[in-house]
Amino acid sequence: MNDTSYLQEEAGEIRNRAAWLAGFVLLVLCFLLARAWYLQVFQGNYYRGMAENNRARLVEITAPRGFLYDRNGNLLVNNTPSFNLYLVLEDIPDLEDTLGRLSRYIGVSKDELNQRVLAKKNLAPSRPLKIKTDLTLKEAALIEGHFPDLPGVRIEAEVKRNYIHGGLAAHFLGHVGEVSPEQLDQRTYLDISPGSIVGQYGVEKTYDAWIRGKQGQKSIEVDVQGHERRILRVQEPIKGNDLYLTLDLDLQRTAEAALGEGSGAVVALDPWTGDILAMVSHPPFDPNLLSGVLTPAAWEALAEDPRHPMNNRVLQGQYPPGSVFKIVVSTALLETDVIPPSFTVNCSGGLRFGKRLYRDWKKGGHGVVGLHRAIVESCDVFFYEAGRRLGIDTLAEYAKRFGLGRPTGIPLASEKSGLIPTTAWKQTARGEPWYPGETLSAAIGQGYITVTPLQMAMVVSTIATHGYQYQPRILKEMKGPKGSLGESSPVLTGMIELREQTIATLYRALGGVVSEDHGTGRAASTKLVDIGGKTGTAQVVGIRPWMNEENTPKKFKDHAWFVALAPLDHPRIVVVALVEHGGHGGSAAAPIARMVIEEFIKRDRPASYHQL
Amino acid sequence: MIDRRLIINFDLKFFLVMFLIAGIGLLCIYSVTAPQKTAGFPLYLKQFFWIGLGLAFFLGIILVDYHNLCRYAYLFYGISLGLLVIVDLVGRVGQGAQRWISLGFLDLQPSELLKLSLLLVLAKDFSGRSSRHGLGLTQLPIPILMVAAPVLLVLKQPDLGTALAISFMFMVMVLLVGPKSRLVIFGFLVSLMLFPFFWHFFWHSLKDYQRDRLLTFLNPMADPLGTGYHIIQSKIAIGSGGLIGKGFLEGTQSQLKFLPMGHTDFIFAVFAEEWGFIGVIILLGLYLTLLLWGVEAAYKAKDPLGALLAGGAVAILVFYLAINIGMTLGVTPVVGLPLPLMSYGGSSMVTTMALLGLIMNVKMRRFMLFY
Repeated sequence: MNDTSYLQEEAGEIRNRAAWLAGFVLLVLCFLLARAWYLQVFQGNYYRGMAENNRARLVEITAPRGFLYDRNGNLLVNNTPSFNLYLVLEDIPDLEDTLGRLSRYIGVSKDELNQRVLAKKNLAPSRPLKIKTDLTLKEAALIEGHFPDLPGVRIEAEVKRNYIHGGLAAHFLGHVGEVSPEQLDQRTYLDISPGSIVGQYGVEKTYDAWIRGKQGQKSIEVDVQGHERRILRVQEPIKGNDLYLTLDLDLQRTAEAALGEGSGAVVALDPWTGDILAMVSHPPFDPNLLSGVLTPAAWEALAEDPRHPMNNRVLQGQYPPGSVFKIVVSTALLETDVIPPSFTVNCSGGLRFGKRLYRDWKKGGHGVVGLHRAIVESCDVFFYEAGRRLGIDTLAEYAKRFGLGRPTGIPLASEKSGLIPTTAWKQTARGEPWYPGETLSAAIGQGYITVTPLQMAMVVSTIATHGYQYQPRILKEMKGPKGSLGESSPVLTGMIELREQTIATLYRALGGVVSEDHGTGRAASTKLVDIGGKTGTAQVVGIRPWMNEENTPKKFKDHAWFVALAPLDHPRIVVVALVEHGGHGGSAAAPIARMVIEEFIKRDRPASYHQL
Repeated sequence: MIDRRLIINFDLKFFLVMFLIAGIGLLCIYSVTAPQKTAGFPLYLKQFFWIGLGLAFFLGIILVDYHNLCRYAYLFYGISLGLLVIVDLVGRVGQGAQRWISLGFLDLQPSELLKLSLLLVLAKDFSGRSSRHGLGLTQLPIPILMVAAPVLLVLKQPDLGTALAISFMFMVMVLLVGPKSRLVIFGFLVSLMLFPFFWHFFWHSLKDYQRDRLLTFLNPMADPLGTGYHIIQSKIAIGSGGLIGKGFLEGTQSQLKFLPMGHTDFIFAVFAEEWGFIGVIILLGLYLTLLLWGVEAAYKAKDPLGALLAGGAVAILVFYLAINIGMTLGVTPVVGLPLPLMSYGGSSMVTTMALLGLIMNVKMRRFMLFY
């Protein structure tokens, strides 16, 4: 058809113009080539000189971390200026010589400096290595004065973390440190460059992404020695967000002082919100020390310390609860109707079960006791009998309802879950059946059972709220440069149905522990407020070859527990104190809880009053 | 289904040159990004995936006769225009410009899709108009409208580069069809008259950073630490490469992270620094070969449709090439267009391979009879 020929003719017309297109393409590419020739060959030497001389470097500018405040706006952690010493290996022709000179100026041995350099050898040679923080003005001046002899040495005025109250609430606030190679592989640290400072423990770690801010950059021109000549351009860093934590500084101070030098833990919380008001774990560590350039020796000393100062005992210490567990057993007893309310046991100082005699802590026994007196005087025989009747699995069931045996979900790392044994657990974990006698030990919080102080605090909180369970909360509000970024609200995680009768009986008994003449927790009584509580004395070893307490070596002494809630009519604070190897809960732990509660009541603010 | 003649006519040389250039791009991306620490998948491995995806588009497009493709041109055009409008409404903001629709694994850039469908629709429209006596004034309004709508939408995003590329493609296609000489004079005068108005509108539709870039182009030293920084560093990188280059992985400008966007917009500077002028000759030679084969496809096409498709595709590619490489050499403004086949990125790779697929499509079917 002539359609085809028409098309071909059309195509022919276009063909001629396509030749022009080819010419155009050729022209464009020739032009680009000519330009490349001009830059690379004609001006090549000029640009090569620029590339070498201008040797600009990109330097990261650390962003100031956000500040940490307590719930009332008291400053806990801020930043202070620090002159930091950096080495750029690429620019150092003779490392030995440079380190030798530096060691004279800053009073750190050459070997030590060498070690610090070696520890960071894996970084690119153009990346500045931080080898000393906190130079004094004199040291900085000395080094700058000798700059011509110190190629590749740089001093940067930066900020470092400042924990205003030192070791106060150290485990809660945590510390910062250089990001580790393992962390760099994680998604959370995606935009972090090696050598950056990130949160490594506590709140600093949990909320690092919010606190850390955004790193800035400056492009600097350096001379042949790698010293800054001028700033080419700056992208300012952005400060991190400020956090208002649930902690109460005054309460924390009181708790720290009350616990004193010994090892132990104190935690105070608001049962109606889960707010952690105080969290003490002793011995503390020094976050200011940990946040600087830590020498390997110092780190080893910390890690090897037999008292484990890096352990947050509040959520990582797993202890047998001892008699404080009787709160859980009593609840199970009252809720299951295994025994009538009028049930009594004649305590003669021990209970023979099988071939073994299960002793009461009080020689000679308590006589005829019902539930109330059994709690008040912490009669073991009554609870042996109660435990025997309930059975381990029912006990475990109630313990688990209270949240024992699993982490509370507090947003701090490495929380432990403790252990609530059951028959099934024994069979799988130990390959043995459950022996009935073990139920008796469990009923007084001994044997396999372990709990953390925080878990115990949650048990008491649940009693304080008549069954509501709130997740422990550590962050109240976050503020950015433009104001509040939102307040956190309490998270209700569960609810236990408790009879009114159960609550009333428990409250009477817990009050009796503190107020009645024979109560084990009289040391916690105060004129300021009615306190309810329960003592616990957790055995560390079962057999005691030592005749009296004075002779007992400290490490075999019992752990002292005291759990408390106050005021008894409308509990607004729950306190748990644990003193490792402190002996009796009533004498070692109860006064600590009392002091914290007194401080809380003294500063009673209607604003924090929660109506039921 | 697949005609045997298709396989015979498949141009292996063309295919290999395309791969060679993509491979060079891969080396450059490796050189820039390998020393840096990035979590997840390294970029150069991802680029492998993008090349594979581009290849799938390339093969997919050459399988369907271009006449059949153009049968759906209006549909494609409608869809991509619709997507552009959606981007305008809901698109996510990326790098200050609203260009992407997120598809989860891949961020779809409708303006890329639009380049292709506009090419098809213009080729179809123009090939239906007689060029025996030249393209007359009355034949232009519809194509102009078809170009103007997406250009305005793309400008609004704002994506100056794509808007200019589309306009350039349109201009080349008009010239290929052949306007009447009267039209050329008329068009020239009208644009001269309208220029001040258009310029005013255009200048004020630009974002600050775009204006800065254009002004900086005129005088980079006016602000050597701000916007001029890219151009100066790029020129230093290329210039210091010299005749033989600094060697693979040895480019100090790019290795010291001195050159920004070394794996995307400024990849040519990375290449030129490490491989020198000799490398540049070879690379530009490869591009020239590819583009001239494209022109040849247009030249030898059996019908106007094929010629216009191939010609239009070449026009876009040469525009990208000129603007991108020109930018790194400091002779064109920084408008943020990728270098075809080399710059890192899925969208650009897919579009480029699809355009090359269209050229191959035309090339392969030049011996076949029409039906």
